[in-house]
Amino acid sequence: MRPTSARFLNVLVPVKRCVDYAVKIRVNPDQKGIDLNVKHSMNPFDEIAVEEAVRLREKLKDAVKSIKVLTVGPPKAAETLRTALAMGADSGIHIELPETAPAPEPLSIAKLIKASIEKQSEPVDLVIMGKQAIDDDAGQTGQMLAGLLGWSQATFASKVEVDEANKLAHVTREIDGGLEEVKCKLPLVVTTDLRLNEPRYASLPNIMKAKKKPIEKFKPSDLGVDVTPILETIKISEPQKRVGGTKVGSVDELVAKLKAAGITAV
Amino acid sequence: MLSAVARQRVLARASAWKASSSFLHQRWASTTVSSNLNSVTEEDLAHFSSFLAPSSILSTLSPSNTPADELTPFNDDWMGKYKGRSTTVLKPRTTEEVSKIVKHCNEKRIGIVPQGGNTGLVGGSVPVRDELILSLSNLNKVRSFDSVSGILVADAGCILQSLTDYLAPHSHIMPIDLGAKGSCHIGGNVSTNAGGLRLMRYGSLHGAVLGLEVVMPDGTILNQLSGLRKDNTGYDLKQLFIGAEGTLGVVTGISILAPVMPAATNAVVLALPSFDQVIPLFKIVKRDMGEILSAFEYMDRESYTLSVKHGQGKGLSEEEIEGAQCFVLIETSGGNKEHDEEKLSNLLEKVMDPDAGLVTSGVLAQSPAQFESLWAIREGIPEAIGKSGKAYKYDVSIPASKFKEFVDKTKDHLLSKGLLHENAIKGVVGYGHFGDGNIHLNIVAAAYTPEIAAALEPFVFELVASYNGSVSAEHGIGYAKTSAMRYSKDQTSIELMKKIKKLFDPNGIMNPWKVLPQ
Repeated sequence: MRPTSARFLNVLVPVKRCVDYAVKIRVNPDQKGIDLNVKHSMNPFDEIAVEEAVRLREKLKDAVKSIKVLTVGPPKAAETLRTALAMGADSGIHIELPETAPAPEPLSIAKLIKASIEKQSEPVDLVIMGKQAIDDDAGQTGQMLAGLLGWSQATFASKVEVDEANKLAHVTREIDGGLEEVKCKLPLVVTTDLRLNEPRYASLPNIMKAKKKPIEKFKPSDLGVDVTPILETIKISEPQKRVGGTKVGSVDELVAKLKAAGITAV
Repeated sequence: MLSAVARQRVLARASAWKASSSFLHQRWASTTVSSNLNSVTEEDLAHFSSFLAPSSILSTLSPSNTPADELTPFNDDWMGKYKGRSTTVLKPRTTEEVSKIVKHCNEKRIGIVPQGGNTGLVGGSVPVRDELILSLSNLNKVRSFDSVSGILVADAGCILQSLTDYLAPHSHIMPIDLGAKGSCHIGGNVSTNAGGLRLMRYGSLHGAVLGLEVVMPDGTILNQLSGLRKDNTGYDLKQLFIGAEGTLGVVTGISILAPVMPAATNAVVLALPSFDQVIPLFKIVKRDMGEILSAFEYMDRESYTLSVKHGQGKGLSEEEIEGAQCFVLIETSGGNKEHDEEKLSNLLEKVMDPDAGLVTSGVLAQSPAQFESLWAIREGIPEAIGKSGKAYKYDVSIPASKFKEFVDKTKDHLLSKGLLHENAIKGVVGYGHFGDGNIHLNIVAAAYTPEIAAALEPFVFELVASYNGSVSAEHGIGYAKTSAMRYSKDQTSIELMKKIKKLFDPNGIMNPWKVLPQ
């Protein structure tokens, strides 16, 4: 299927508009959701993904033919696309959901990304995306996407090196207890970990330029994907409040307290 | 991991203190001041024990016998520049306890240093000799908040950041914000009439403070915790305590008007080719931003570089700011995000126009995290300076158009004295509140030496006087600048101040040797 002569890479970076991590999350009284009338920004892991795509182009120059960013979300999610465009992506795809629609789930998102990839006139070689979004912390979309497409996947990446001539990528993954290096054939889905890079600011000249970059708009139905939720949120609650520490007068008192708390010497 | 980054800024000042405390302290305060004040004795301590909880007393005297190093954070200022020798720190929990302490000290002629977060820069919050330290840190409760009027009544020892956090769910903010917010107390802010980052928008504390509760030097409690915005009944006594630096009484409670939290805030950092562009830019920004402009901060290249180098905030791309000589941070706060963004976006298009030649490059915050990060560059400068050497700090008001000239003249002067080298003065930097005409001139030295001090003073003060400026814009006089006051205040004013001091505190026990020239 894939034309062997295409030596130029097309990169797709899916991004999500999330409640900003600096915002204090407040649970709604019905315990079915959180207060969304707060500041939003791009999911930090996705920011890392955009940065990685832009760095890839800075390194491989013209070998990276296009960097497209994609988002699924309400009209305001377009702002997130603009930020990604200002960081250096070329064009955007906005799969727009109504303002009041329930939050889409990882599987529908993966299906939407797959459908968008298949709609492209040129094949996508590399998808770089966040390993998880900081709002629902599902951490599933990348893996589901790779599964649906039948592509290689390299999750939790802390280093990505693309050998475009041989259509290969060497990815260092963060795993329990260390690092793992994998060699993957393109096309590939990479999900980013925190240490992959430190995203840049979108500079003002680039913010100005980003305003003129094209954004295509679709509805899920245009792509033949049903985004009706299949999961039910039963309850959302705040974590237990941390109680302050106390000062102990002596070692004996400390030992006594530890014992009372059920902690004993090994 | 991420929330740790967010917390970092709040704790910044606390860690700055830790960092500086590891340096070798140099005694700065003169030890030869004459005095008719008495030291705290064991009998005094016994008296304090009769009404204070044991945890409210830290004293090297018997029977407390607190190790001296536990008193160090109270005796030394955070820069390690001023070092007191007090034996006793009292941390009362109520205004009545403060009153009893002050009454006793007045009777026994014991000097008192009221202390808040001890984040001051002029040695006003640490003892000159062995005065009793009255720490307000245990007076830290919010007394009331009215979400209709926005009036907050709080104890003096409330940390500024905790008040900001308290108000956040009520959609209000404190009218004052400054780098030391994680440690400084509101009582200290009021007593020093602290300025800070929001002054341009919300005005000085002389306007925002509606009332005060003050323990007078004889122990009487003056209750003026009015919740009224308008009150023209006689002399406005509370104004005297705002900026008195604890020399007229101990501020124990504050009633302050909190503004509504802006629905939308934005921050832009712009890199400018040279200082010549700052004034035209400021004019355009003031005109085009109108009511939403809330800060216009200035940083010269050196202070920007220091802050970024010491990891205070992530800097702009080095390529894009190549050749830029100064930086400004513009903040907007308004009620409508779309409206503000449109205004800002139009402004940026105008100033970024290459034909205008105003701006080299810049960054517009894309998220609250970036907003914080950009502010951290500006707010982190003092800490970065603390990390690179010993700082001589001058906080002066001069015409904004003279900011660069002021720094350059000082630099030239130090160069002519042969002091501008790695082993003496490592850098001369200027940054500050351009919108308020307030610049911070910082001289980063390898060590505090009499030679450098002599080269700087009175030179800097005379320079300020030549601009008809103020030798202390927002840091106060404290112990450091008492002799410099005459460069900004005439003899008549100083004599009147001395009369007021005598009237309020005839025995001179309140924060002795501070503010007024001897």
